[in-house]
Amino acid sequence: MSLERIERRFAALRAAGRGGLIAFISAGDPDPETSMALLEGLPGAGADLIELGVPFTDPMADGPIIQAGSQRALKAGASTRRTLEMVRRFREADAGTPIVLMGYYNPLYVYGPERFSRDAAAAGVDGLIVVDLPPEEGEELRLPAEAAGLALVMLATPTTDERRLPAVLAHAGGFIYYVSITGITGTRSAAAEAVRAALVRLRHHTALPVAVGFGIREPAQAAEVARVADAAVVGSALVERVARNLDAAGRAKPGLVADVLALVGGLAAAVKGARRAAAAERARPA
Amino acid sequence: MATTAANTYRAGPDERGHFGIFGGRFVAETLMPLILEVERAYAAARKDPAFRDEFAYYLEHYVGRPSPLYLAQRLTRHLGGARIYFKRDELNHTGAHKINNCVGQALLARRMGKTRIIAETGAGQHGVAAATVCALFGLPCTVYMGSVDIERQAPNVFRMKLLGAEVKPVTSGSATLKDAMNDALRDWVANVEDTYYIIGTVAGPHPYPMMVREFQSVIGRETRAQIMKAEGRLPDTLVACIGGGSNAIGLFHEFLDEPKVAIIGVEAAGKGIETGEHAASLTAGSPGVLHGNRTYLLQTEDGQIKEAHSISAGLDYPGIGPEHAWLKEAGRVEYVAITDEEALEAFRLCSRLEGIIPALEPAHALAQVMKIAPALPKDHLIVMNMCGRGDKDVFTVAKRFGVSL
Repeated sequence: MSLERIERRFAALRAAGRGGLIAFISAGDPDPETSMALLEGLPGAGADLIELGVPFTDPMADGPIIQAGSQRALKAGASTRRTLEMVRRFREADAGTPIVLMGYYNPLYVYGPERFSRDAAAAGVDGLIVVDLPPEEGEELRLPAEAAGLALVMLATPTTDERRLPAVLAHAGGFIYYVSITGITGTRSAAAEAVRAALVRLRHHTALPVAVGFGIREPAQAAEVARVADAAVVGSALVERVARNLDAAGRAKPGLVADVLALVGGLAAAVKGARRAAAAERARPA
Repeated sequence: MATTAANTYRAGPDERGHFGIFGGRFVAETLMPLILEVERAYAAARKDPAFRDEFAYYLEHYVGRPSPLYLAQRLTRHLGGARIYFKRDELNHTGAHKINNCVGQALLARRMGKTRIIAETGAGQHGVAAATVCALFGLPCTVYMGSVDIERQAPNVFRMKLLGAEVKPVTSGSATLKDAMNDALRDWVANVEDTYYIIGTVAGPHPYPMMVREFQSVIGRETRAQIMKAEGRLPDTLVACIGGGSNAIGLFHEFLDEPKVAIIGVEAAGKGIETGEHAASLTAGSPGVLHGNRTYLLQTEDGQIKEAHSISAGLDYPGIGPEHAWLKEAGRVEYVAITDEEALEAFRLCSRLEGIIPALEPAHALAQVMKIAPALPKDHLIVMNMCGRGDKDVFTVAKRFGVSL
């Protein structure tokens, strides 16, 4: 399973001639039950892959929106163990949608890289994105993760120059996560032209699928990215929608899950229509 | 790392910044190329005589080095044992050792063509030092400071603003030093082209722990020459306080391979280790990864970072420089912890006996000296790093003593 589930999903997307939508939520945000309902609802709403954030007190690469989501989750009792438990429950009903955990190294290091890799694979996790674990330090997690059948997804950024790119890609698994801006999550957005150029550069070095994230908020932006990338990642916009559906005491309002999934649905529809729209545009006589 | 005979404690880190299992470079990919650039630039600078001369020039003429090594006679008599020397780094320009490092890094930033400086600060001493060198070199400066610290270190906030720096309050997390460091890193990720990040202590990704140590090692080198002149021999014991650990490593590093020199690092025990409200990551923490390096951290079983507690804002950090983590495990340095109460007692005693109002940070080191000195022979030489002056702390201490100013 695991790594193969990611490969199969990207192969299916390619066969369908479209880019995918990767939806991010923070595990346990705003409370365990609501978060579980969101997770279970994501595939039906149109998410092709799921990035599940492992909450951490000090998420250095994240902007205020995801920081807040992480804090809410921790306050409601989220932990690395409970994150894996969510995936286990999810897998009871869904064997096809890949789940990639996204987080920071310390909770995994403290859990123990080998034990974590085994437990994550057993729970049905397919890949890991560890924001603060560059390839130079990555071996201690990469080896046990690969042994357990998990893909260690590597991040490439606008600052990853030609000199560094081969090192980043050397042991990359599953897909490449291209961080389209120099900045933290949920802040500015990259220009479409810059993303296009970056994809050309990356594909020159790797045959792995490339997902593009950071700063994608609107269906139109997601569609634009999915036209050229293998997938578009949307995170802060979803977490912000969670936050908007909380009452004054921080509790989930009744319509939260439906509202967030409606947003996912809108993004998915835009992503699915993107290449068809582009093809139609090209076919139109000038 | 290749195994070497343990005949030196001064060889680290290895080329990738590891001190044993500690240190390293755990940062987001966006920052990696930048950090490698800092490493290359620093490697070139430290070999360049022009850079070294410039650094030495500013240390002498601007910072006011060398700082004196002073025999604290009344304190020595009061405690009745060892001879106690203070390394007077509180007499530096801006009132603490932090300026040594800031001068070095600002010169490096200028050499790299960077046009904007960011820094994090806890007590405000590093922020003031960073703002000072930015004024000196005409560079715009943004200092990230936890909103809790802004409240308890108001004089330093005003000082930074006078120096032309922008002080950005940090409200995320526990709103103290660790969160200020998170926000500084977030700023850096977003402004990689023109910005240089002056980290204030011997933590963060490689090369910072090594680079900051080298800029601070002037403390230990001066101490060696001064104690040889005063006593004709090396000290028996060194004592320094530890938040991130830059003043301590600055004093210790010169003496790590002197087997007869005992070395003690003093962490903040806050309200007491047993209360859980402390900042003693080596005494009561465990290895983890935060802010770009692997080191001892205060954390939960789930790897979530805990808030540190200390009356001293400068020690109020849930981590520690990776070299200290390594020195602890190697057994070369003894690490102990001193409570708020013990530090306050030392603060009061030092003010009365020596006419020196110490910062609350070195007051922790002094409290340890007060514990050990009475039982030591009269020819035992202790050197304690008086790494900061206490002007910034008078409001905190007054409040604690129930005095309203």
